Amino acid sequence: MILQLTNVSKHYKDFSLKKINLSLERGYIMGFIGPNGAGKSTTIKLIMNLARKDEGEIKVFGLDHAKHSIEIRNKIGFVYDENHYYEELTAEEMKNFIRSFYSRWDEPLFQRYAKQFGLPLTKPVKQLSKGMKMKLQLAVALSHQAELLIMDEPTSGLDPIIRQELLEILLSVIQDENKSVFFSTHITSDLDKIADYITIIHNGQILLSTAKDELLDNYGVIKGSKDLLSFANREHFIGLRENRYGFDALVENRREAAKKYGDKVVIEKPTLEEILLYITRRGAVHASSH
Amino acid sequence: MMNIILSQTSEDPIYMQIVKQIKAQILKGDLPSGQLLPSIRSLAKDLNISVITTKRAYDELEQAGYIVTVSGKGTYVADLGQEMLRETRLKMVEDKMAEAVSAAKSLGLTLDELHEMLKLIYEG
Repeated sequence: MILQLTNVSKHYKDFSLKKINLSLERGYIMGFIGPNGAGKSTTIKLIMNLARKDEGEIKVFGLDHAKHSIEIRNKIGFVYDENHYYEELTAEEMKNFIRSFYSRWDEPLFQRYAKQFGLPLTKPVKQLSKGMKMKLQLAVALSHQAELLIMDEPTSGLDPIIRQELLEILLSVIQDENKSVFFSTHITSDLDKIADYITIIHNGQILLSTAKDELLDNYGVIKGSKDLLSFANREHFIGLRENRYGFDALVENRREAAKKYGDKVVIEKPTLEEILLYITRRGAVHASSH
Repeated sequence: MMNIILSQTSEDPIYMQIVKQIKAQILKGDLPSGQLLPSIRSLAKDLNISVITTKRAYDELEQAGYIVTVSGKGTYVADLGQEMLRETRLKMVEDKMAEAVSAAKSLGLTLDELHEMLKLIYEG
């Protein structure tokens, strides 16, 4: 495992991460999704050792993340939404500043990415577009030969064309079977295609963490008339919503549901966004009933 | 040259769409035995899908005997042998016929009527 969190908790006054478990193998992409405030950034901060966990274990490259933090940081590429570069420096100067922190900097590789991404190296960072700033961070991450890319909302605020470009770059990154990408986002359509695994977090808890294909191939959105609902089957409907004309919900196994209810219902293949919506709605109901 | 066209709206999962299309091309002879196939990672990249999906498709094809992976070298179209190829193709025709027969039965057509229909279609 390149990344493994076991029962990790962190308590703040008004928010807690509760017993987070997740693991990622080398050579794969994991999408980390959840609504704003669910705990995505907090989890990433804990992994990066930028905040101290209260309980649990975090291992990166099989090493304890706090004890080996320097060694680990050398092999992690961190890309996040906010710009953390000095605005007045040019992209080139910024790169020269950063490279001094890394023992495995590969300058020809950086130059190659700079060219591929079309980075204007002579421009001050403050004049770069949002997309260019993200690409600069990514070029830096890839040039110190990071084996694990951790990206916190890298696509937020970017246009669809640059987002697609980023996804293609990420797919090239994992070609060598050695690198992995851990990618938090609330734009689930980015992950519909390329993610191997999906982890959903909500109210500081992991609601599920599984292969994306499992989700998209099995789950279904079901819609039907309310007389089909009974006390017994309600619990099979995730995030059940009723209105005057009928109900809609998520089911874990759409083929089984199709057999059971036949043509009395409409069952559709879900998108990740729908899965997220229904599952977090259930989470909300559970939380309020406690 | 391998062709794969994926539909996001098809009821078939993506891995199944890949399995079906590669299988069909092997059976038609478009992908000859011994032909090198792309790696699961490069296929995932070109199709813009996840590695797990292409891996599952290759696993299924390998289990069914259509492709073989030589570790360290790559994945190739298996040598199916003339007999097996012919048998598989015959099986495909049989399956389609079974479908036609069950449709005919549900309409109450007799075997003779079905024969007549088949003859007309066959002779075009």
